[in-house]
This record gives sequence, structure tokens and C-alpha cells, in this order.
Amino acid sequence: MARSITAKRKSINTAFAWAIGLLIFFPILWTILTSFKTEADAIAFPPKFLFFDWTLENYAVVQERSDYMRYLWNSIIIAGGSTLLGIIIAIPAAWSMAFVPSRRTKDILMWMLSTKMLPAVGVLYPMYLIFIKLGWLDSHIGLVIVLMLINLPIIIWMLYTYFKEIPGEILEAARMDGASLKSEILYVLTPMAVPGIASTVLLNVILAWNEAFWTLNLTAAKAAPLTAFIASYSSPEGLFYAKLSAASTMAIAPILIMGWFSQKQLVRGLTFGAVK
Amino acid sequence: MGQIELQKVTKKFGETEVIPPLDLKIGEGEFVVFVGPSGCGKSTLLRLIAGLEDISSGTILIDGQDATNLGPAKRGLAMVFQSYALYPHMSVRKNIAFPLKMAGMDQAAIDAKVEGAAKVLNLASYLDRRPGQLSGGQRQRVAIGRAIVREPAAFLFDEPLSNLDAALRVNMRLEITELHQTLKTTMIYVTHDQVEAMTMADKIVVLQAGRIEQVGTPLELYRAPRNTFVAGFIGSPKMNLLTGAPAQEKGAATIGIRPEHLAVSKDSGDWQGKVLVAEHLGSDTFLHVATDYGQMTVRVSGEMSVGHGDSIWMTPDQAHLHRFGADGLRIA
Repeated sequence: MARSITAKRKSINTAFAWAIGLLIFFPILWTILTSFKTEADAIAFPPKFLFFDWTLENYAVVQERSDYMRYLWNSIIIAGGSTLLGIIIAIPAAWSMAFVPSRRTKDILMWMLSTKMLPAVGVLYPMYLIFIKLGWLDSHIGLVIVLMLINLPIIIWMLYTYFKEIPGEILEAARMDGASLKSEILYVLTPMAVPGIASTVLLNVILAWNEAFWTLNLTAAKAAPLTAFIASYSSPEGLFYAKLSAASTMAIAPILIMGWFSQKQLVRGLTFGAVK
Repeated sequence: MGQIELQKVTKKFGETEVIPPLDLKIGEGEFVVFVGPSGCGKSTLLRLIAGLEDISSGTILIDGQDATNLGPAKRGLAMVFQSYALYPHMSVRKNIAFPLKMAGMDQAAIDAKVEGAAKVLNLASYLDRRPGQLSGGQRQRVAIGRAIVREPAAFLFDEPLSNLDAALRVNMRLEITELHQTLKTTMIYVTHDQVEAMTMADKIVVLQAGRIEQVGTPLELYRAPRNTFVAGFIGSPKMNLLTGAPAQEKGAATIGIRPEHLAVSKDSGDWQGKVLVAEHLGSDTFLHVATDYGQMTVRVSGEMSVGHGDSIWMTPDQAHLHRFGADGLRIA
């Protein structure tokens, strides 16, 4: 028997979902609102929700005081570069695990995932030393590689789940048709996995964009991305909430907009394989 | 060209031997059908010939050349899969052209070949569609088209019709047989359906548990099954196999008689039985009869008015009686 949901029940569910959604979104909303307040309004108690003197002054100050475009550009290079590099490495890795699994494939997958459980600060010191040796401190290449390595397990896992859904016979057909391994991956597997690869790329860009621990610790000025841009408004300036909010809003806006437009892909990617 | 020879080929998955040492010769231009119950190793055998699985020991010769260690593409064979295995992101044209593109053929020659294959297979008006927009039968034709453009030494079919509905299956069966008559290329065809085997094959290879039980033309297998397994597997409805008194009378452990080789009478005969179910097809009547020696099936040509509970007599046609020893093998 199909489960029947009454209209009343449905509206309660909807209201509940909205409440949770708003609760999660509230900090972002508050940041955006605060960025349009004066410093005095920003710390007013009781807090002013919508009725305050709207101003763009904070944005002007932030723009004047630091070079937003350079941070933005660094974020794009680091997030984009690490994702691209990660995908190039992950596609063949996921291919082999999905289509020619060995007895240890499951263990390797678990082991890769387990690296995500290691607290990053545990390896900060050795990493820092390695970076000094290689001359990678405050460089794009260094951050691209670190963020790629950090997110690689997730990329491989996601692609692996996608590839598992592709019937092996199609790849065998390609082999019978004379495709080399490279052609098989390039002409058959990759085009079939485009939706999966797209959502993996999206998620990874978001993760890399928001990554703050390594980007803050391994950069100074040259290669610093937007996370460093926000951070520069928190400590040395004292508590200038309105300006900090303006800087935060500017830092998260690009990824927020991108996420908004690619919601469908993202949700599909994250729930893929869960339901057949 | 298109001779394939397997010499002492074996296949193990881990410790499990799925194909014990096996020898088989497939002649040029032959239509060979591997038939057997599911899990008998027929698909594995085909995949070994295709090169999609590595053999554990033995040798595979294709046109006299050792192909044991050649990759699938290098063997010059084309395969049609059960699931069609079309490339879903490519148009029909690109699907058929794919093997030619991989072979590095120039575009003009590819176009000409694709058009040619499309004409033979009635696909000309579908060339720009995607596989998802085609019916099952059309998809199967695309898969065949992709195989024929390569002009392979042999075609390998892995249960290609089992995803089609019954009516379409009969049509495609005819089309594949006609294709074989036109191309005269060696074809190896795997099926669990003995009707497909009987109707299409020049030569049938009956497999059970990875072993070849018998190799022969359809009528050879029908007339002289080598053992009780082949006797029971080939022919529809199945041969009646009787043990006990009637077998001992003939000096055998088991005797076999096909349903069409039993004469039925309501008054007298050798064996008496009660009709359990009567199936009236118009052209034939199939009677499922309970006897002292177990349940038997009888095929009566035309219509016979009997029903559940009726008592009948059956007499086997002595010329078509098969005798098998205690080891299950045929006694000449």
C-alpha cells in the first residue's frame, strides 16, 4: 500500500524543512546583512535585522585597502588547478579500481579514505619543512599540489562510484573494437561519465575554495587566496564586524553563486549510487 | 579465413576450474553454436576465444596463428554482446564507425562502409539517432553492424537474442542466419536455447560444467545423442528417459524415447498411463502422462481429444529408441 501523506502533514513537513534550511543558511545571511551595516549598527544590541542604515561603505573600504582581485585570482588558480590535476590522476585510478579490481581494491579505497581522518595539523610541521626545501612556500604550485592530495581520496571515491555504474560490457566492446586503453578511457569511459565527472569537479572546486588550514599556513602574500583575505580582516584589525563581513561576503560570493547554479548536478553527484 | 582451434584450453577462477582441458576445432565459414544450461561455461569459452579473459593453460590458434597471448583487438574477431553494449553517447553512425576509427581508416572509407552496413541492416534512416532512441531489435542490428564493418575473421555472439521478445527473436534468428549465408564468415554463437541452436547451427557444441558433451550437426545430436545429458537437452519437448523394467527389457540402464516417437492409443499398447495435462496447440497435442515408470511426455500430431484423467496406451517406435548404459553413455 502506498503511504498516504495528508495535506496537513505535508505542510508541516515543508515548514520544518524551511526552518532547518534557514537555520543552516542563517550565519551566511547574517554575514551578508552585517556587511551592509555601519560598524555601530553591526554591534548594536539588540541586533538590528533589516531596519538599519544600509551602506556600501564597508565594501569601498575593503576594496581600497586590499587587492581583492589578486586574492580572487589566486583562489581560482588554486581551486581550479588542484581540481584539474586531481581529476587527471583520479580517472585512471578509479578506472582500474572499478573495472579491474584486485583482491585489495576495497582495502586501498578504505585506506585512502582513512587519510582524511588524520588531523592536518599533525603533518603541518613536516609539510612546512618540505615546502621550505622545495621553495614552495607562498607559491601556486605548492598549494595546488597540497590541495590536490588532500582532496584526491574524495575525487577517486566519487569517480569510482560513478564508474561502477557503467556496464563493463561497453568497455569490453571498445576493446574488441580495437580501442587501446587510452582510447577506451578517452572516447568511451570519460564521455559516458561526464555527469559524474562534472559533479566531482564542482564539489572539489568548492572544497578547495573553502580550504583554510593549508592555504593560511603555507602562504604569505603572493599566493594567498580568499581565505587569507578574510583572515586578514579578523585579527590585526580588532573586531570590525562590518568590514570583516564585507570581506567574507566578497570571498564566498563566487562559490555561492557557482553552487547555486549547479545545485542539481551537486545533489545528483552526492547521492549517486545511493538509489538505483 | 576464420579457422579457430582450441588445444587443451583450461580456465580457472582462483581455485575453481571452470573449463577443464578442452579441445575444439571450428572450420572456416562454419556456424557453430555453443549450447548448454546456464553456468555451463559457454560464455566463458566465448570470452576466452575473444581474448576478454586470459586462458589458464593451453593454446588458441586463429587461422593457424598462435593467438593465445594476443589482446582482443588483435585477434581479428568481432563480438556482439547480450546487452548490445552500444556506446550510448554516440550516434548509430559513430557506433558503427568506431572500430574503423580505431583502426585508423580515413573518413571517406569509413563513411562508405557505414552506409553499406546500414543498408544491409535496414538502419539507413536511423544513422543519426542515439542508441537510447532505438528499439531492442534496432539496437541489436547496430551491434551487428558494428561487428560486420570490421570484416572480422569470425563473429562471436553472446546470447544476442535473449533480451528480445519472442516474436522479434524469431525474426532476428532468421536475419542472423541469412547474414551468415551472405557473408560466409565463421560465426560462434552462444545460447542456452536449444531451439536457436537447432535452427541456426551447422555444428552444435553441447557443454556441461565446462566439458564438451558432444559436437555434431543438429540432426546428429537429435538422432544419436552420445549420452543422457545431450539426449535430455536437445529436442523439444524433452526426450523421455526411463529406467527400471522397460530399460532392462532392452538391456540398458536407461532408455530414451522422444515424445514424437510414441504412438498413442486409447485401447492398447506397451505402456499404460493417465493423462495429467493435455496441451492442445492445434497443430500438435502434447500429453503429460503419469506412468509406472515416471512422468512422460507424448507429442501427437494434430488434435487428439483427451483430457485430464483419461487413460491411454503408448507404444515406442523401436527404430527411434535410444539405449544408454549405467555410465550414461549411448549403447550402439
